[in-house]
Formats: sequence, C-alpha cells, structure tokens
Amino acid sequence: MREQTANRVFDTANFIVLLVCTLICLAPFLHIAAISFSSAGPILSGKVSLLPVDFNVEAYTKVFTDASMIRSLGFTVLLTGLFTVLCMLMTIAIGYPLSKKKLKGRKGIMFIVVITMFFSGGIIPEYILVRNLNLLDSIWALVLPGLINPFYLIILITFFNNIPESLEESAEIDGSSHFRTLLSIMLPLSLPVITTLSLFYAVGRWNGFTDTLMYINSPELYPLQLKLYQLIQNNMITDLLQMEGAQMATVVPESLKAASVIFATVPILIVYPWLQRYFVSGVMLGAVKG
Amino acid sequence: MASSPHLNRLHKEETAVSWNAYFRRYWQLYALLVLPLIYFIIFKYGPMYGIIIAFKDFNFFQGIVGSEWIGFEAFKEVFGMRDFYLTLRNTLMLNFLDLLVSFPAPLILAIMLYEMKVQWFKKLSQTVLYIPHFISWVIIGGIVYQVFGTQSGMINNVITSIGFDAIPFLTDKNDWLATYLLVGVWQSAGWGTIIYLAALTGINKELFEAAGIDGAGRLKRIWHITLPGLKSTIVVLLIINLGHMISIGFERPYVIGNLAVREYSDVLSTFVYRIGLQSGQYTLATVVGLFQAVVGLVFVLGANYTSKKLTDEGIM
Repeated sequence: MREQTANRVFDTANFIVLLVCTLICLAPFLHIAAISFSSAGPILSGKVSLLPVDFNVEAYTKVFTDASMIRSLGFTVLLTGLFTVLCMLMTIAIGYPLSKKKLKGRKGIMFIVVITMFFSGGIIPEYILVRNLNLLDSIWALVLPGLINPFYLIILITFFNNIPESLEESAEIDGSSHFRTLLSIMLPLSLPVITTLSLFYAVGRWNGFTDTLMYINSPELYPLQLKLYQLIQNNMITDLLQMEGAQMATVVPESLKAASVIFATVPILIVYPWLQRYFVSGVMLGAVKG
Repeated sequence: MASSPHLNRLHKEETAVSWNAYFRRYWQLYALLVLPLIYFIIFKYGPMYGIIIAFKDFNFFQGIVGSEWIGFEAFKEVFGMRDFYLTLRNTLMLNFLDLLVSFPAPLILAIMLYEMKVQWFKKLSQTVLYIPHFISWVIIGGIVYQVFGTQSGMINNVITSIGFDAIPFLTDKNDWLATYLLVGVWQSAGWGTIIYLAALTGINKELFEAAGIDGAGRLKRIWHITLPGLKSTIVVLLIINLGHMISIGFERPYVIGNLAVREYSDVLSTFVYRIGLQSGQYTLATVVGLFQAVVGLVFVLGANYTSKKLTDEGIM
C-alpha cells in the first residue's frame, strides 16, 4: 500500500509541475492579449497582468482601420500563397524523378542537392545575387531564393519511395505517361505529405523575417513580420532611453503594439489545429530518415 | 580483346537504339528536372560562386568578375578585428549555454508527459506546449519586451509591487543572458518533446509491468527503463547540437538583443549583417560568412562521423 501512496504522490507532483509548465507557456500570450484589451491608464501604472483592466477594443479598432496594417496582411497572405504553391510545384517536380531508382543520373543530381544541405554561399553572396538579378525590393526576392528546401525534398522522396512500385508499373503498362502517373496516382496517394510540406513552407514564409529585412525597402511591400518589427523597435528604444533617465513620448501606445502582435499571431492560431497534427507527422517522417 | 569492326558497329548501334528508347521512355522525368535544376544552379550554387568576392575588393560597379583580386588581404583584416573574436566568442557561448539549458528541458518534459495518466490533460498541455514553436521570433521579441521590460514589463511589475528593485532583464548583460536562455527554453522545449515521445513508443510496455511487479517505484522505472530507452536518441541529438555549435540563427539574437547588451548579444550572424548589409563592407562580411560555413561544415561532418562510430547510424 505504501507503494500506491508513493505512486499517487508521484502522479500528483507530475500533474502540478506539468500544469505549471503549461501555464508558463501560455502566460505571455495571455499578458499580451490582456494589454491589447486594456486602456492606457492601467497599463502605464502596471496594473495589467493576465486579465484586461478597463476592457476596451480601441487598439483593435485602430489596427483594423490602419490601412498600412491591412495592406501588409494582404501582402503577406499573397506572398505566403504564391510561395507555397511554387515551392510545392518545384519540390514535386524534382522529387518525383529522384524517387525513380532506374533514372540515369539520379545519383549525380542527388549529390548536387545534398551538398547544399551542408554548405551554402552565405547571406552576403546571396544578397549580391538577388541584387544582381534585379529582384531587390520585389516580392520575388522573398519567393525565388527559397523555392526548394532540400530537407523537405528528402521527406517527399522518402514518401514517394514508400508507395508500392507495382502501382506505378501497372499504370505504365496501361500506357500512362509519367506525367499522368504523377498526377493521377502519385499525388492523390501523397496528400498527407503534400499537406505537411505545404504547411512547412507556408509557416516558414509567414514567420520569415531575415530576408524581408535584407531585401525589402518599400513600405507597401512590408510583410507583417517586418512591419511588426518596426513597431516593436520603438519599444526597445523607449526602454533604453528611459533607463538613461531621458523623457520620451511613447511613440506607439503599448496596447496598440500588443494588439498588432495579436493581429499577426491569430492567423497562425486559426490554422494551428492542422499545423499541430501535420507538423508532428512531418517530424516523424523526417525522423524515420535520420 | 579482338573484336571485329562489324561487331563493334553493331554494338554501337544497339547502344544508340537503347539510349533512344530509354530517352523516349523517360524524357518526361528529365523535363520535370529542368526548372528545379536551374533553380539549384542559380540560387544555391550562384551564391557559392559569389564566395570568390572574399578574395576580391568587391564593389557593385565593377561586379563580381570585374573587382580586383586581393588574395587573403580581407582574411587578414577580419582576423585582426576585435569584433570578430567577440562575436565568435558570443556565438560559441550562447550556443553552449543554450545546449546546457535547452537540451535537458524537452527530455524532462517528455518524460513528464509520458508518465501523465490523465489523457485529456496530456493532450491539452501538449497542444499548449507546442504553440511557441509556431510563433515567429519577431512576435516573440515583441512579447519579450512586454514581459521582461524594466519599466512596465509584467515580471518587473510584480517584483516592484512586492517591494524589490526592478531587474534590468534586457539591459544588463548578465540578466539579458538569462532572459535569452529562458526564452529559448520556452520556445523550443515543448516541440522538442516530440522526438523523445516518438522514441518512447518503441519501449516495450512489459518492461514497466515487470518492474512494477518487482516493486520498482516510478522514479526507479524512469531511471532504469525510460532513460536507457532514450539513450541513443539523446546521443544522436546531442551530437547534432554539437555539430551546430558555430552556426547561430540571425533572428533570435537580433530581435531579443539590443545596443545595451551588445557585448553578449552580437554574434557572427548579426556581425555579418551589420558589416555587410549595413556598412556595405561586402568582402569582409563574406569572409566572416565563409569562415563560419567552413568551420560549420567541419563540425557537422565530425559530428556525423562520431554519430556513425557510436551508434552505427549516421545523422544524414
């Protein structure tokens, strides 16, 4: 019986610790949400922690009526959609032939791909390339350089390889061309991995920031992350100046920044149930290879 | 071997025919490869070619080809820069501390989840714990400033309200270091559990039952069954992490870092960005990038080799 008591103590402790971890994970989001719904007075006097004080939606009204914010959201949606579609087309286009063991030259092409997983030119040569191609400050600078991710490609090839070869062969005997086999047999069977990889590409593009900082100058081409970064920058500057005792008018009210953060996070959270499921299976697919 | 010219000709014709047939049968597959290969050549190998500007006095007017060769001049200059060593040290320091703090976290969390018997709570906490993985560093940066800010951050509000002095989490370099590491744990620990949980499904449940009959407590079971079952996963992940000691993402240190803590937050990636894109010293920045890429390659290959030796299983 002593054993059972020990077990119960363990289970209770485990539950409590895990609950605390979960809450810690959630708390920052709650805080930001609380700030975004609170009014300036309580925020400045530090009264807002996890629940809104003096509830109002003024910050959100401002965010949603800010034309530049809406334009930025629209551009990010367009960018992410375009990027994801092109990425998948390219990844499938190279993945399908490379899954054919009989294809001559397959090993050589595989080698060309794998090298890029270990070694890259680095951001400066990449910047020079993008600039020389006249892509600077255009949507293509954010689309073209990342079209095929070699790691995702390998996941796709692994998946294609696991589809029974007899299916393809019987199609070939029936006189189906490779294009047809790909479209009518391979792709329908690969929907899970295609969804997974599309989500990988889409989330990467949605959250991507470094290249937007490097390549984009015009405000009308600011993706959400870049736009948000500039808003938040003001935060740091205020914090630093206040530390030195200087007075500075708050450039952007805290609640507005918080509302913007929520604004950029909500789209991710809306698709989160799918993200979670498919990403977990994607990690498994990747891990099988490793 | 003496083969008659006749036979030779026949052989050649045969090959030609079979090549023809082969191509007629497979041309569509090669057609599919064309665009992706052009992509790889331009956008992956193009920048590799661009590395030669590390040995040239590059400017945009003369271009990559036209700029003058300077040999190893730029390397000498970089290796004489104080900031190069500072950022190299910071890169290694942040990665090493990150490994120390962020590596055990998902392991502990995964074991806690594995031991959790209340299924609905297990599911719920997994769902919550994975969220930070999907949040961009820019947004995390925004959250960090709201939570850790000295003047109006949530934590400092609590600290000052119970009568203590505010802690400059973001502006004192040592406090900043702690913040940087904690944010890393917060962002990655939940997601990191997946790989361990997957490995745990491979453990034979009967082992636990047998241990239970033998009277082994829960902690004992974790120590003697769960952890040994995860050993190879732990080793492989540790080696992968060691292989990436010199490579550091740009966004995390850039977004969380600031001028006040630059002595710790300036790393190789932000250094490359600063001297390259902000000051236009493309050659110097390329040298730093090349240094990082080459050392990184050696690390990764070394890690892969070690992994193969230890577990008979390569990483790649």
